[in-house]
Amino acid sequence: MSLFIQSIINGLNQGAVYALVALGYTMVYGIIRMINFAHSDFIMVGSYTLFYTIPLMVGAGMPAWLSVVVAVAVCVAVGVTVEAVAYKPVRNAGSMSALITALAMSLFLENLALVLFGANPKSVPEIFSLPTLKVLGIILPVKYLVTLSIGLFMMLALHIFVKKTTLGKAMRAVPEDKEASTLVGIHVNKIITTTFAIGSGLAAVAALMYCSTYPRCTTDMGTMLGIKAFIAAVLGGIGSIPGAMLGGILVGLLEILIKVYLAPGWYEAITYSILIVVLLVRPAGILGKNVGEKV
Amino acid sequence: MPEKMKKNYFINLIGIILVFLVMMGIFDTGILGAKTNYIMGIAIIAMMTVIIVCSLNLLTGYMGEFSLGHAGFMSVGAYSSAAVTMAMINAGITLPTVLYFIIAIIVGGIFSAFVGFIVGIPALRLRGDYLAIVTVAFAEIVRVAFTNFQITGGGKTLSGIPKVSDYHYIYIVMVICVALMYMYVRSRFGRAVIAIREDYIAAAASGINVTYYKVMTFVLSAFFAGVAGAIYSHYLTAIIPTFFNFMKSSEFLTMVILGGSGSLTGSIIGAAVLAALPEALRDFQIYRMLMYSVVLVIIMIFKPSGIFGTWEFSLPRVLNRVFGKNQKKGGAAHE
Repeated sequence: MSLFIQSIINGLNQGAVYALVALGYTMVYGIIRMINFAHSDFIMVGSYTLFYTIPLMVGAGMPAWLSVVVAVAVCVAVGVTVEAVAYKPVRNAGSMSALITALAMSLFLENLALVLFGANPKSVPEIFSLPTLKVLGIILPVKYLVTLSIGLFMMLALHIFVKKTTLGKAMRAVPEDKEASTLVGIHVNKIITTTFAIGSGLAAVAALMYCSTYPRCTTDMGTMLGIKAFIAAVLGGIGSIPGAMLGGILVGLLEILIKVYLAPGWYEAITYSILIVVLLVRPAGILGKNVGEKV
Repeated sequence: MPEKMKKNYFINLIGIILVFLVMMGIFDTGILGAKTNYIMGIAIIAMMTVIIVCSLNLLTGYMGEFSLGHAGFMSVGAYSSAAVTMAMINAGITLPTVLYFIIAIIVGGIFSAFVGFIVGIPALRLRGDYLAIVTVAFAEIVRVAFTNFQITGGGKTLSGIPKVSDYHYIYIVMVICVALMYMYVRSRFGRAVIAIREDYIAAAASGINVTYYKVMTFVLSAFFAGVAGAIYSHYLTAIIPTFFNFMKSSEFLTMVILGGSGSLTGSIIGAAVLAALPEALRDFQIYRMLMYSVVLVIIMIFKPSGIFGTWEFSLPRVLNRVFGKNQKKGGAAHE
């Protein structure tokens, strides 16, 4: 029993990271219908920023987690630059060009990091120096609670932002009809840039959460994390913010439970099979809306 | 004009044999001295890459769908063929090398085609981004499977595969594969596939069985990727599942796009150049993928159809142009 609860706790922690990354995918996909492959590398950028700024922060006598502010700033800068330099010129060239450009940007960031930081993994200093609780034989690190609450808070804040504020309403209007949004005075380019900025900022927060559990950064750390987070976004219904959260938690839980109870060597394969099955049975995802195709 | 076609086939055959003779002249006489084996290795990897990149171009260029999991098909071909030839050797069957090679590529191709069929059927309901993600997922499933199966080395390097790949055979296989693919895209089937790329709803409305053609192209593409995998494993004699990762798949896709989606000429040149380039630029190894990605973005912005677009090289046409006597104006009729 305690093993089960322990797995649930670990799964929720893992799921919160997936969910936060999935939010970034879902926002960008929702607005410009493009899989932003580079999103996973924004997490890598965030992690490296954390690696380099945490010692500075600690040296200056501030708590380590404050370096997430720097990470957010760096990630937003990278995200907005990528969008402006690479994605904007191909935005009207069709989905094929967009996908290849996204892939190319992902390769670019990964290999740039390889050139700049080298191939050796870097170990991130401890971010939260919080105690670990032991209740009835269950190990509950307090940082897991912090991670989970950060994730929930982010999702709620984002949800309210998109539903209630003017900017959020504009963000929902653009994918519905670009021309009509322009007509009612929405600056489409600005909205897309904002979306990228928010998505990349979320990636930095996700990097903080990821590094607090797995304090190691490599140049390709984002690839698998990104694919799994994308699976989470698809599972929950792409374009839907609560869907991303739900999908992330589900994928995280499933992964840990399968790893513990079913087949440790196969858990990744099972996650990917889930994606294929979901796409076949319900391509719109759990919370997504089914949209027919116009002829 | 069967007479003219016969003549063109003949000219192409002569061209192919000439290239073959040049290669034999370089490698068999050993005029490169100590470097012969090294250069030959590069040529073999380049020829294998040509096959897999052309097969990916069938999907990407002609059907307009992505596969970001072609390394997965390649690994299916590599492992299945290795398993069969190793089992044959263990059973004490001794055959001439060429038979081993033929068995390996056929087994690799068929297994990969079968897997392509299994992936292709569900993938039919999906297009574009979603299909691309499904192929990524598939390639990862294959990788995890090969890391777990005992017969594939269980995550460790599978070594002891007989070294039967030889550049003579590989060249012939490459020519046959590329010729088959070229004939496929120029045939009735290929035209249907191109129609699906242009507008699948209109194609379906004109009586093209979209499902059938999509699965067939998927299976064919997987078959040739499997052949390339078999060549690969029987040349290197040792393979590891992590080699066939997402990065490898995206590298193949890069080659297709740079060469020109919809041009087999582009794929051949793109694959040969980009596969040989890392060897030439050993010192700049770390900058290679960085350069690829920058070039890829630039190409996407300025010439999305790739360097060669849909242009195809034709030896008879070149000969006509060079020795062009009493030739009609404008050779565009061939295009």
